[in-house]
Amino acid sequence: MQPGQRRDSFAILLILGVLLVLPLGIGQSRYMMSVLMNCAGMAVIASGVWLTFCIGRINICQAGFALIGGYVTAILIAKAGLSFWLALPLSCAAAALCGALIGSVILKLKGIYFSMLTICLTEAIRLAFLNGGSLTQGAKGITGLPQQFAGDSALPLYYLGIALLAVALGVVWRVHYSRLGGIFRAMRLNEDLAESFGVNVWRYRIMAFAIACALGGLGGSYFAVFTQSIYPQSFTVEHSIYYMLFCFLGGLEYVSGAMIGAFALTILFELLQDFQQYQSLIYGVLMIVVMLTLPNGLMALRGFSFAWPQRKGAAE
Amino acid sequence: MLQILINGLILGSAYALIALGLTMVFGIMRVVNFAHGQMYMLGGFAVYYLYGQFGVPFWLALLLAGLTLGLIGVLFNRYLFQPVLANSKREESSMLMAVGTALLLENVALSLFGEKQRGVPALVDGVLVLNDGDAYLPYSNLAVALISIAFISALLLFVQYTKPGRALRAVAQDKEAAQLQGVNVKVITTLGFSIGAALAGIAGGLLVTLYGVNSGIGTNISTKAFIMIMIGGAGVSSGAIVGGFALGMAEAVGYDLLPSSMTYLLIFVAMIVFLIFKPNGLFGKPWG
Repeated sequence: MQPGQRRDSFAILLILGVLLVLPLGIGQSRYMMSVLMNCAGMAVIASGVWLTFCIGRINICQAGFALIGGYVTAILIAKAGLSFWLALPLSCAAAALCGALIGSVILKLKGIYFSMLTICLTEAIRLAFLNGGSLTQGAKGITGLPQQFAGDSALPLYYLGIALLAVALGVVWRVHYSRLGGIFRAMRLNEDLAESFGVNVWRYRIMAFAIACALGGLGGSYFAVFTQSIYPQSFTVEHSIYYMLFCFLGGLEYVSGAMIGAFALTILFELLQDFQQYQSLIYGVLMIVVMLTLPNGLMALRGFSFAWPQRKGAAE
Repeated sequence: MLQILINGLILGSAYALIALGLTMVFGIMRVVNFAHGQMYMLGGFAVYYLYGQFGVPFWLALLLAGLTLGLIGVLFNRYLFQPVLANSKREESSMLMAVGTALLLENVALSLFGEKQRGVPALVDGVLVLNDGDAYLPYSNLAVALISIAFISALLLFVQYTKPGRALRAVAQDKEAAQLQGVNVKVITTLGFSIGAALAGIAGGLLVTLYGVNSGIGTNISTKAFIMIMIGGAGVSSGAIVGGFALGMAEAVGYDLLPSSMTYLLIFVAMIVFLIFKPNGLFGKPWG
């Protein structure tokens, strides 16, 4: 194992381990549990964004796919009467399918074009659900989903969140630290070169994007069950941007980056309850500060010095 | 039918002004200024306070709005974008910086100005009735369209015929070659960024007289601006103008037939389909 990989696995196992035993320590405070469930859900969604960073695309439509996952779950449970255990994988698959379809079209765009288009796509998906007629119930959304686990305890839902997080990280880990990950890295660095070495760039791009969207759908589905509702404002462009920030804060070189960013920021803001109203403002400032001072993210902190980046001069 | 055409042209001329600013920044720095819509919003508020509240003449208020935003542009570029562009290993960095500034501006405006929708009195009263009541054209809308066309022409002339304008085009074409020719790239880049920001402010200041302004419109305007420059091709002035008019027309037709959220859904779908066939927009150069 490379040193970076070891550090990465250590961070993941540490956090997952702590999460597993935490309910014993903090008792079953509903509030603490819901904060952690929130973190876990966000981390699942953000790890999808992280994966698209791997192929050199900035994905700002993850909130759209989370919305797809949430709506599919809500519709399947509320309208079709399916059980949650069926709805969860189905919504994951639906998001992946949408991702593959849309991705096969938009993934040939690169860099800034891709990001601009994905912002528009988040909006488009939101508008589509807003105009979905009686199926999606417009701006009201689908509310009052039944509670999935009998009883008062939040524990089952909590452990479901942890399990989903573990699955998401497992998938991303498997992809990143395998031959596939090497291919993705090659595609990020130079797509044309990768193609000239016989990589079927088109196929791998779509594969990466579909996995990312599946993770978005998984997280969205979890949130729909957790909050027992879904409406078009559940996931917006702003959320897409936060997911990106999570990845950047945690570090783009480490699989655990998305998770660490999500947990760090979400918990930080719960601690700073008094500043809740300034949340977006602080996110904005934080984003600028992170870009100026921590270009490699939190996970890289010990490996790289915590110093202002060296000036390489204006040349590109 | 005539009414739709008029609405489309009026909207289009203002939109072209918005898109021009964004495309200019992109052409010179290869950075998409995600805060463009937020800058538009600030321009709107500047005019709201100066012209609507303190009674400053409109032309002065508009110029001051442009100037303020130009100054913000200089500061942003000097202290935020230049360091990141100089240091970053990944091109994502400058984009995330832009997103950060957008969040920052929006929330500063939210805490300073509140959430309320603000409006100012119309520039001129009266309505032009065309074709025996077939179509109505309020003079204030006409004034906005004419002023924005004036600004667009002024900018195009500036870029075409003045020395700094030529330097701007040179930097957009090839940074290193421009530097070798003695162009001070840093200064020119800053100039370009601040002109882009000022254009956003002016567009906001103009449109506040028609649609009002609130602190939350930034993302909406940015999204529209992205659509326009993707239609026309990022970094190309003519593309921005064509994109602006195309979107203005599409909106005018759509609003006449459909509810507004449906209109935008169709516009998004149409744009994605369009980009399948022309990934670089109408006039864009092939660029990653």
